[in-house]
Amino acid sequence: MYRYDEFDHAFVSERVAQFRDQVERRLAGELSEDAFKPLRLMNGVYLQLHAYMLRIAIPYGTLNSKQMRMLAHVARTYDRGYGHFTTRQNLQFNWPKLSDMPDVLAELATVEMHAIQTSGNCIRNVTADHFAGAAADEVADPRPYAEILRQWSSVHPEFSFLPRKFKIAVTGAERDRAAIQVHDIGLHLKKNDKGELGFAVYVGGGQGRTPMIAKLIRDFLPEEDLLSYTTAIMRVYNLHGRRDNKYKARIKILVHETGVEELARQVEVEFAKLRDTELRLPEKDVQAIAAYFAPPALGERPEGWENLARWKKADEDFARWVKQNVQPHKNPDYGMVTISLKPIGGIPGDATDAQMDAVAEIAEEYAFDEIRVSHEQNLILPHVALADLEPVYRALVAAGLATANAGLITDIIACPGLDYCALANARSIPVAQEISARFGAPERQAEIGELKIKISGCINACGHHHVGHIGLLGVEKKGAELYQITLGGSGDEQTSIGEIIGRGFEPEKVTDAIEKIVDTYLGLRLDPQETFLTAYRRVGPQPFKDALYGGNAAEAA
Amino acid sequence: MVDKVLTANRLTDGVSVWLNAAGEWATSLQEALVARHAEAFAALEEIGRKAYADNKVVDVNLIEVQETDGILWPLRLRERIRAQGPTMAYAPGYAPADPEFIAV
Ligand code: HEM
Ligand code: SF4
Repeated sequence: MYRYDEFDHAFVSERVAQFRDQVERRLAGELSEDAFKPLRLMNGVYLQLHAYMLRIAIPYGTLNSKQMRMLAHVARTYDRGYGHFTTRQNLQFNWPKLSDMPDVLAELATVEMHAIQTSGNCIRNVTADHFAGAAADEVADPRPYAEILRQWSSVHPEFSFLPRKFKIAVTGAERDRAAIQVHDIGLHLKKNDKGELGFAVYVGGGQGRTPMIAKLIRDFLPEEDLLSYTTAIMRVYNLHGRRDNKYKARIKILVHETGVEELARQVEVEFAKLRDTELRLPEKDVQAIAAYFAPPALGERPEGWENLARWKKADEDFARWVKQNVQPHKNPDYGMVTISLKPIGGIPGDATDAQMDAVAEIAEEYAFDEIRVSHEQNLILPHVALADLEPVYRALVAAGLATANAGLITDIIACPGLDYCALANARSIPVAQEISARFGAPERQAEIGELKIKISGCINACGHHHVGHIGLLGVEKKGAELYQITLGGSGDEQTSIGEIIGRGFEPEKVTDAIEKIVDTYLGLRLDPQETFLTAYRRVGPQPFKDALYGGNAAEAA
Repeated sequence: MVDKVLTANRLTDGVSVWLNAAGEWATSLQEALVARHAEAFAALEEIGRKAYADNKVVDVNLIEVQETDGILWPLRLRERIRAQGPTMAYAPGYAPADPEFIAV
C-alpha cells in the first residue's frame, strides 16, 4: 500500500499542530464557534446529537493491521469502545471530546492516517472497489489512480472551496462494486483494443434529495490524461456550479441544467488547454505509484482445494460462510474474504475495539497485512489462501465476526440516523436491526438470495437508500417516524434509482411491509436464480403495490 | 402554552446539557429549569445567547417539553433521544435510552 513520504509526514504533522493550536484557542474562548466550525470541519470534526463525531479518512478503503490497531486503540482510549465504518469507506467515532481531538489526530498521524477533507466543499476521500488488486474479474488495480487523485486533490488550492462537496469513485472491473454511477465523477478503468489502459468517465451522479445517475462523457480517456481531464471537469464545475442554492450546488444539477453534450463540450475546451501541461501523467510516475500497490507474493497453496472440500463437508456453518463470504481471487489458490459487520440483529457497520484488534491480528497472520473497508460497511481480507480459510473462520467466529450473510437480506446498509445524527428525521439502526432479526435464519436468507436493503434517516441519503433493491427513507410526519419504501434501486454497472412504492409505514409496521415485499417476490420469481432485482425489473411495481396496499390505488398513490 | 427548556451541547466534549435553576448546564434533562410563559422563554433565550457568546456551549436551542408526574418529556423524538442517548444497545457499559421515554 501507499506509504507517506517526507512531504506527507511533514504536512500531516503540521496540520495536527495547527489544529491543536486552534482547539486550544477555541477552548480558551479566543475563537468563536462561527470562526472555529469551518476549521474543525476541515479536520473531520462534526457535532452530532450527543457529542462530537470524528470522521477518519481511509483512502480507497485500504488499511493495514497497524492502522486497524490504532483505530482500536482510539476507540478504547477516546471513545466508548467502538467505531462505525461508513458507506464512504471511512470510520466515524461518535463520542470523542473536542479537547482530546488533537491527541487523537496526533496518534493517527503516527500510522499515516488523518481526517483531512472528510468534510467541507472539497474533493472528499476517493473511494474504490473494495476487491481492488485481488478480484478475478479485474482489468487492473484502480487504487494507484485513486492515490494519484488523492495526492492531486489534497489541499488543492483551486478546489478547496467548491460550490459543494465532491466525491470520486474508481473501479477496475466491469462489475461495478464502487457505485461509480452515483458519484460526482465515476471512473471505470479499462483497456482499449490495443491493450492500453484508460477510463470511461462518468459525471454528475449523486444521491441526496435529487438522486441522479451519472452520464458517460468519455468512453475512453487515456491513462496519461487522468489529471488534466479531471481538472477540466473541476474547472467547469467550479466556474458554473450553482453557489446560490446549497440544494442545487452539486455537479449533478449542473450536468442536468446544462445538458450533458454541452457540459462535455465545455470540459473538452478546458481539457484542450490542459492536456499538454504538467498535469499529463508520466508513465514512470504511474509506475512508481503502482509499485506501492504491488500484490503480495502469493505462494502456491494448492493443498487448499482438497482441505476446503473436506472442511466444508465436516462443518455446515463453515460451508455456508465460504459460499456467502468468500469470492474468487485472481489466484485460484486464494480467496477474498468478506468479514460481515452485520451480525443478526446488530448495528450495521459498528465494530468494537476488540473486533478491530482481532481483524488486525488475522490479517497479519493470514492475509498479508491487508484490510479493506467496503462501501457496504463490511471489512475485507483481499488475499487469503484457501488453505487458511478454516483457521481464519475459527478466529472470526471467536470475535463474533463470522456472520455468513454478504449480499443477503441481512447485509443491510444503514446510516447513523436519529440515534446519532443531528440532521436525521428518523432512526435507521433499530429498523435495520429488526429486519435483520426477522430474516436472520440462515435457510430463509439463502432462499431469498441476493437482496440489498439500504436505509437512510433523512433525504441526504447517506445510507444509499436510492440504490437499495429495497430502500427505506425515514421521514418525520406529525412528529413521528415514517418510512418510505423504494424498490428497484441498484448501485452497480446497471445503476437505477428506486421508485417510491406508495405511502410510508410506521416503525412498528415497516418490517411486516418488507416481509410482504419479500414474500411477493418469492411467489412470483421464475426460479430461485431470478434475484429480487431481476424479478422487479421484469414485473415492475404493481404486484408489490397490490400486496402492500390491496386494491386501494388511491392510498398507494 | 407549551413549556420550554434550554438545551445545548457542551463546548469541551459536545455532551448534551440543559440549563438548570442554578444557571448551570446540567447533564440531565430532568434537572432543567422549565419556562412557562413568553417572558421566561425570552429570558432563557438571552441566557443561551450569552453562553454561546461566552464559548461555554454550542448548538443552543429552546425546546418544547411536557411535564407529566414530575417527568419532563420533550415533544420531539429528536430531543427525547438527545436526552437519553441512542435507543439501541450500542456499547457495553452504556445504557441505551428507556423505550418508554422514547415512545410517542
Ligand atoms: C454527522 C453525520 C453526517 C452528516 C452531517 C452528513 C451530511 C450529509 C449531507 C448534508 C449529505 C447530502 C449532500 C448533498 O446532497 O449535497 C450527505 C450525503 C451523503 N453522505 Fe452523509 N452525513 C453524515 C454521516 C454520513 C455517514 C455515517 C455516511 C456513511 C455511512 C455518509 C455518507 C454519505 C453519502 C454516501 C452521501 C450521499 C452521496 C452523495 O453525496 O450524493 N454520511 N451527508
Ligand atoms: S442520511 Fe440523514 S440521517 Fe442519515 S447520516 Fe445522513 S444526514 Fe444523517
